[in-house]
Amino acid sequence: MTQALAALRAFIVKEFQHILRDRQTLVILLALPVAQLTLFGFALRTDVRDIRLAYIAEAPDDATAALRTRFARNGRFTLVDVAPTPGAIEAAFRADRADVALVIASGLAERLRDGRDAELQVIADASDPNTGATMQTHVVAVLTGWQRDLLPQAASGGIEPRIRMLFNPTLESVNLFVPGLIALILTIVTALMTAISLSREKERGTLEVLLVSPLHPWQVIVGKVAPYLLLAFVNVVSVLVAAWLVFGVPFRGSLVTLMAGSTLYALVGLALGVLIAAITSSQLTAMLAALIGTMMPSTLLSGMIFPIASMPAPLQLLSSIVPARWFIDISRGIMLKGAGWTELWPQFAVLTAMFAALMTLAIRRFSVRLD
Amino acid sequence: MRALRVLLRKEFLQIRRDPTILRLLFIMPVVQLMVLANAASFEVKESRVWVVDRDRTPTSAALVERLAGTGRFLVVGQGLRQEDGNAALLAGRANAIVSIPEGFARDLQRTHHAAVQLAFNAEDGAQAGVASSYATEVVARYSAELGAAVLPMNVAASARGTPTPGSPRIDVHRRNWFNPALEYRWYMVPGILVQLITIGGTFMTALNIVREKEAGTLDQLNVTPIGRTTFIAAKLIPFWIIGLVQLSVGLAVAAFAFRIPIEGSLALVYGAAALYLVAALAVGLWVSSISDTQQQAVFVTFSLLMVYILMSGLFTPIRSMPDWAQNVAQLNPLMHFISLMRGVMLKGASVVDVLPRLAALAGGAAVLMTLAVRRYRKGGA
Amino acid sequence: MSHVPAPTSPARVAIRVDDLTRRFGDFTAVDAIRFEVASGEVFGFLGANGAGKTTAIRMLIGLLAPTDGRAQVAGFDVATDAEQVRRRIGYMSQRFSLYEDLTVRENIALYGGIYGLSDADIAARGGTMIAELRLEAHADELVRTLPLGWKQKLAFSVALLHGPDVVFLDEPTGGVDPITRRQFWELIYAAAARGTTVFVTTHYLDEAEYCDRVAIMVDGRIAALGTPEELKRDFATDSLDEVFVRLARGTGAVA
Repeated sequence: MTQALAALRAFIVKEFQHILRDRQTLVILLALPVAQLTLFGFALRTDVRDIRLAYIAEAPDDATAALRTRFARNGRFTLVDVAPTPGAIEAAFRADRADVALVIASGLAERLRDGRDAELQVIADASDPNTGATMQTHVVAVLTGWQRDLLPQAASGGIEPRIRMLFNPTLESVNLFVPGLIALILTIVTALMTAISLSREKERGTLEVLLVSPLHPWQVIVGKVAPYLLLAFVNVVSVLVAAWLVFGVPFRGSLVTLMAGSTLYALVGLALGVLIAAITSSQLTAMLAALIGTMMPSTLLSGMIFPIASMPAPLQLLSSIVPARWFIDISRGIMLKGAGWTELWPQFAVLTAMFAALMTLAIRRFSVRLD
Repeated sequence: MRALRVLLRKEFLQIRRDPTILRLLFIMPVVQLMVLANAASFEVKESRVWVVDRDRTPTSAALVERLAGTGRFLVVGQGLRQEDGNAALLAGRANAIVSIPEGFARDLQRTHHAAVQLAFNAEDGAQAGVASSYATEVVARYSAELGAAVLPMNVAASARGTPTPGSPRIDVHRRNWFNPALEYRWYMVPGILVQLITIGGTFMTALNIVREKEAGTLDQLNVTPIGRTTFIAAKLIPFWIIGLVQLSVGLAVAAFAFRIPIEGSLALVYGAAALYLVAALAVGLWVSSISDTQQQAVFVTFSLLMVYILMSGLFTPIRSMPDWAQNVAQLNPLMHFISLMRGVMLKGASVVDVLPRLAALAGGAAVLMTLAVRRYRKGGA
Repeated sequence: MSHVPAPTSPARVAIRVDDLTRRFGDFTAVDAIRFEVASGEVFGFLGANGAGKTTAIRMLIGLLAPTDGRAQVAGFDVATDAEQVRRRIGYMSQRFSLYEDLTVRENIALYGGIYGLSDADIAARGGTMIAELRLEAHADELVRTLPLGWKQKLAFSVALLHGPDVVFLDEPTGGVDPITRRQFWELIYAAAARGTTVFVTTHYLDEAEYCDRVAIMVDGRIAALGTPEELKRDFATDSLDEVFVRLARGTGAVA
């Protein structure tokens, strides 16, 4: 037993030497995750920043001018000139010059003075349904404010909804996407690194040399994976620090729980990498499998960008075998909601089970292959 | 010209014998559209609501019913304690809490004014925003209904001087053009088609050339009198054609399986795709010139495509990005092509409408191809 | 095996190399080599791995630009007239470089077309070639399915298809069994007899004996050049093996 341990230690030392000697790869491995987080953290957003409003008064008067000023001063709107002719709005939308159009029929000032009903139309370019709806809501909000000032009696009374936005009161999408990106980056790094490094040894035949040595297959795998686990841990820390420093993402919950969750998740990634190396025959296919098998699901089926609740049932089911999905629950839960062990233990349990299953499968595959 | 013909014949023979080509041409478009069009959706479905109704009157119960009746809200739990609601929200069992205070119905009767609290899990701000606007709408409608019901009292109250019946209203009509049912798929599919031919074109080109490099056949060709330009043309033309075929398969799936409308001209779609593919293939060519092994080519292509796609406006709107990122995105041909496809397919944009996009595509194709060819010539000799 | 060098006038030079040099950074892979190869000659180019053989051959066929010096192949400068050179040479690399996923006939049609042969020419020459190689039964099979020895002979014949003045063979017999190697050399002699200059690198020293003249490269320089007999005489030994080992160790010639 002590002999086996000594052998394992020697083996792990060798792995570290491999990694440390290849300075260039090491720098890439350490810098890439932070670079990715920064780039995508800035690029992946869904906040509506600036709304190009086609303000169309069929017959301009005092009232339409006042309303126009109200939109101009709001800060969120850029007013676009569109002629009050039929087809002009559609043309502006088609040429992508405007996002929303506000059409005011002639005689607004007169109607308001005479106490007659007035009518407004808010038309959104809804080819992007969410952005369209959100922009429309912003326009309606301004109109509601204007109406309240103009006709205080009509606005009072009734049920007043008091809206509270919890966990992310400013509705910033950065807070949503950054915890998700952590998952994507960690999977790519861990699964890719191990898959390539192991399949390289397989291709060169050095893995067989190790497996015919007195080491057990699991020792070989632990030896291969241990250094990458350390690297992954460094990546976890650097990515979290970047999330906090660059994007000011809140850390409401326990940092320890978050680190524990990230490390567990990195382990799942490593196990996935080992399994991929076990079932593929060349570095090239291992790489393709690792990239496609981790990147696609981690981006699209994890809830990182698109909410799982928006998917049809079969895809929701499929998403539950994507490790990133469970880790994103953990990272968002801890960072945004301040959730803790009590709320998140099911996610931890799922990830632990996934790790155990993947690792068992991988070790079995390796032993079988080399009989 | 004869050399080009001979080389093209060879490329097509090889492609025909490649078993992956069928998968690429037919299975990939179908699978990508099926998965992506369904997974890549910001569509706001039902919110899971926890109800804290401390009023327990028919009026408050009716409000909850109205919410559930829209199909947009599903009541997952009910209780008297706000803390239970908070816990449900924290554990993710619910994503909204509706709290109706004690005396809700009474206040409404007496003062015509009562408040209801709607708390949303705003981790996903966009989703929460949309859900809250649905809820607000329901509350407003219910309020108006109640207003009608209590109108006699309202008239009585108007004795204080406000002429309620004659009070003017300002009606705001909302309209959604081009996608009235707010189908998220309609928006995603044109973009997915673009991504499809991007991945296909760039990957296949890069891998195909690097494979010849690895096999040594590239050297063999390089010692023959055929020019580099002829060689590059013979490599790219087949993939250019394959890209257009892939697009056709994708369009057919989109139109017949997904019933996505194609408002604009198909000729414009193909014209733009023909231009865009030149840019996409140029990227593949460039990758092949800097890679010695297929593995390197895969890694470089993947990293590039990841940046390329995430910064293309496919998943998240370009206009939500900070200004510097928007400026960078202007250099991304993928971004221009996606925007063009959405414009033409959903809005029926004409050549004139998308002229700037076409110009950007043509410019991008010219610049990228020049750079790639130059780099390729240098890299080989 | 007997071989009489093709009757060529010594004035006709197929390859002329003058102080040809290639550096990669600080490392000089080929260091001012100089030699001439006559038309119709079978010229052997020997050296240990890393001696600079492949770098030299890549410069001669225009795949690598020389850092210094000049080389003429078939009467044209490789640096300035690469296009003309390419029309007049054939090349067979140490890796099998026909298309495995094309048939024998398709490969022949491809290379014939590249060199501008007419369809009739391709059919005629291709037919002769297939008959000579006794590949009639396999002409429409994918090259992938052929045994290695056949592939190598096919690759050599394809390199000669357009009737080049000079053919460059970079370790053509690597990994091939002795019988096939012998057949391969018969093909080489046949080509030389038709007037084609053959420039061949190898590390099989018995093959070097088949060459009209041999150059041995050591550390980027040409350490010895002559007929096999001259070299053995200079080194006072009866085997080229011995010559090679002594040169590689740097113990030098007796002269």
